[in-house]
Amino acid sequence: MRRAALIAIPYAWLLALFLIPFAVVFKISLSDIALAIPPYTPTAKDGIWTMLSQLDFENYVFLSEDDLYWKAYLSSLQIAFISTVLTLMVGYPMAYAMARAPEAWRPTLLMLVILPFWTSFLIRVYAWVGILSNEGFLNQFLLWIGVIHEPLTILNTPTAVYIGIVYTYLPFMILPIYSALDRLDGSLIEAAEDLGCSRLKAFWLITVPLSKNGIIAGSFLVFIPALGEFVIPSLLGGSGTLMIGKVLFEEFFSNRDWPVASAVAVILLLILVVPLVLFQQNQQRQTEAGA
Amino acid sequence: MAETVFAPWDDANEKPLIRFRNVTKRFGDFVAIDDLTLDIYEREFFALLGPSGCGKTTMMRMLAGFEDPTEGAIELAGQNIAGVPANKRAVNMMFQSYALFPHLTIWDNIAFGLRRESSDKVAIAERVDEMLKLTRLEKFARRKPHQISGGQRQRVALARSLAKAPKLLLLDEPLGALDAKLREATQFELMDIQEKTGTTFVIVTHDQEEAMTVASRVAVMDEGRVMQVATPTVIYEAPNSAYVADFIGDVTLIEGVARARSTPATGPATSAEEPAPAAQTVRTPQPNALGLWLHDKVLAPVIGARKDIVRQLPPPSATEAEPAPNAPVEVPSGGVEIDWADGQPPLISVDGDPALDGKRVKLALRPEKVAISKSKPQAVNVLQGKVIDIAYLGNLSTYHVELANGTMIKAQTANTRRVARRDITWEDNVWVSWSGTAGVVLDT
Repeated sequence: MRRAALIAIPYAWLLALFLIPFAVVFKISLSDIALAIPPYTPTAKDGIWTMLSQLDFENYVFLSEDDLYWKAYLSSLQIAFISTVLTLMVGYPMAYAMARAPEAWRPTLLMLVILPFWTSFLIRVYAWVGILSNEGFLNQFLLWIGVIHEPLTILNTPTAVYIGIVYTYLPFMILPIYSALDRLDGSLIEAAEDLGCSRLKAFWLITVPLSKNGIIAGSFLVFIPALGEFVIPSLLGGSGTLMIGKVLFEEFFSNRDWPVASAVAVILLLILVVPLVLFQQNQQRQTEAGA
Repeated sequence: MAETVFAPWDDANEKPLIRFRNVTKRFGDFVAIDDLTLDIYEREFFALLGPSGCGKTTMMRMLAGFEDPTEGAIELAGQNIAGVPANKRAVNMMFQSYALFPHLTIWDNIAFGLRRESSDKVAIAERVDEMLKLTRLEKFARRKPHQISGGQRQRVALARSLAKAPKLLLLDEPLGALDAKLREATQFELMDIQEKTGTTFVIVTHDQEEAMTVASRVAVMDEGRVMQVATPTVIYEAPNSAYVADFIGDVTLIEGVARARSTPATGPATSAEEPAPAAQTVRTPQPNALGLWLHDKVLAPVIGARKDIVRQLPPPSATEAEPAPNAPVEVPSGGVEIDWADGQPPLISVDGDPALDGKRVKLALRPEKVAISKSKPQAVNVLQGKVIDIAYLGNLSTYHVELANGTMIKAQTANTRRVARRDITWEDNVWVSWSGTAGVVLDT
């Protein structure tokens, strides 16, 4: 009885905070746009049966016919994937250095990684506008040391989006990898060297496989939010960067087309469910291996 | 034991496999190894024994290639190996934590080293299977390290480090993680495997019993220096310093001033480098198990029942049996006397070096060589005292006897009878006694 109650609490949360909102969004995605409050029809006011009988998949058909949406999804997947790889390439050496740092330094280093969270995310992204713009710090610095003679156009390009995503999500990559590397027994590397491995070979054969779980966890933690990212592409990417988060925002607030926006969101969720399930499985395997 | 005694360290023609020559290792200000010179020979099972922080692990890590000596040279088969990285040395190490690769199966763990030097799949598989057989792990080849027991993991670590057939195998506290029973069994297994493979083993341990059991020679270390290198027998029976005597086994140290005895020694040599004469008693040849069986089953009807030769061994020394009252004691001549307390008779040690005359010395007495009795025995050294403590260990009992001047002496008796005659108990006045050869006189 008590056990049932214990399990019931998280399920109640899940129901209240995920399933019910999802059901609402899904219902809206099956509705039609209307000049009303709320801006769609039918609603529950029309009576349940009338409402259900008027729902249809029109909006989904519309999404599949307009290639803007498919392009936005694919472009988002591509940007999220490339950013995840970039974040891994930047984050892994940092996590490795942290795990190899003297014991006394590690808490400080960890705090430095988390420190950016103390400032508003929006302000930090705006700061990148100041850094990356044509008159920004980066261009001025490069001009000053003479590496370039004309300012580089970085802002409002995909490059700026990659920089923004890597910067923002770096801690989510570093922390799980660090925790995996921190647990790694140093004598395993010595044993590998003792058995004839060079340093590099020992890294590939021992360190990387043993931090695999951290790499997977970090990659999902970056990939999933990056896929639906809205703030970074709209502030740094300009009009040229097509991402589904931006499309969603436009549909919702500019067009006030709630049903289409909801359909976009439902499809985004379906795309995310696949990596989410994979992530969940990985977490489970990790717990089992630890037990 | 082999027919010919294995003692390459006594053979001047023998070339050592490993030579430490004036090796010093410093970590900052800390001197881990202090001007160490040591030879280790091929096929030896060499134990580095010492308390934690004595430098034994540093020595092993220098052999493995994880540390370089600050000064001096380490030679392996005649070549200086300083600066040769760990992955280029014909030396393998078995780690204290075993350091098994958790993401690889037992089979892949053992094959790991082989794959680094060859790509011949058939040869690797053959060698891995051979190692699995040697360590009796065939059934576990497909499991991961976390799916087997501690003892099995230990054997995997051994198999992995032996797979490349190294010239030298280093074992860092290999049995530390095992429980007592398993440890004992594994010690014999280790010796067996060492003999089968003919590899030179260097083992680091802080467990003196383990070192004594497995090793052909033991180096007792303290604060970066080697105090004594010798066979387990010599280390135990003839330690060269109070430190070694105290570190190995149980010992009572009695301090006093030595005085050469007037009559010259006629007995055995006085060098402390040799085992105590008690261990060298001449023995008549003994039949082995097969001989006994033959006699009992085949020859008995013809030539009569076998006389139990064991009972014909030299009679037990005065310290062991309950002494016959008033039996005369023959005090051998030579050695030293030690004046250790006012108004007490000097302690006689027949093996003591007369050159110690006039010096302050310590007499080291092993508890099992000290007898305890309620009536005054006839022996070379007899002292009276009171029982303070009794440690009952099952097979043995150790008595802590306080002498008149407060000195504590440990005496040990074997509990040969199931129902002990508890005639000695706490607060009893007892006599402790030992022979003239029982103690070792050490310069302080």
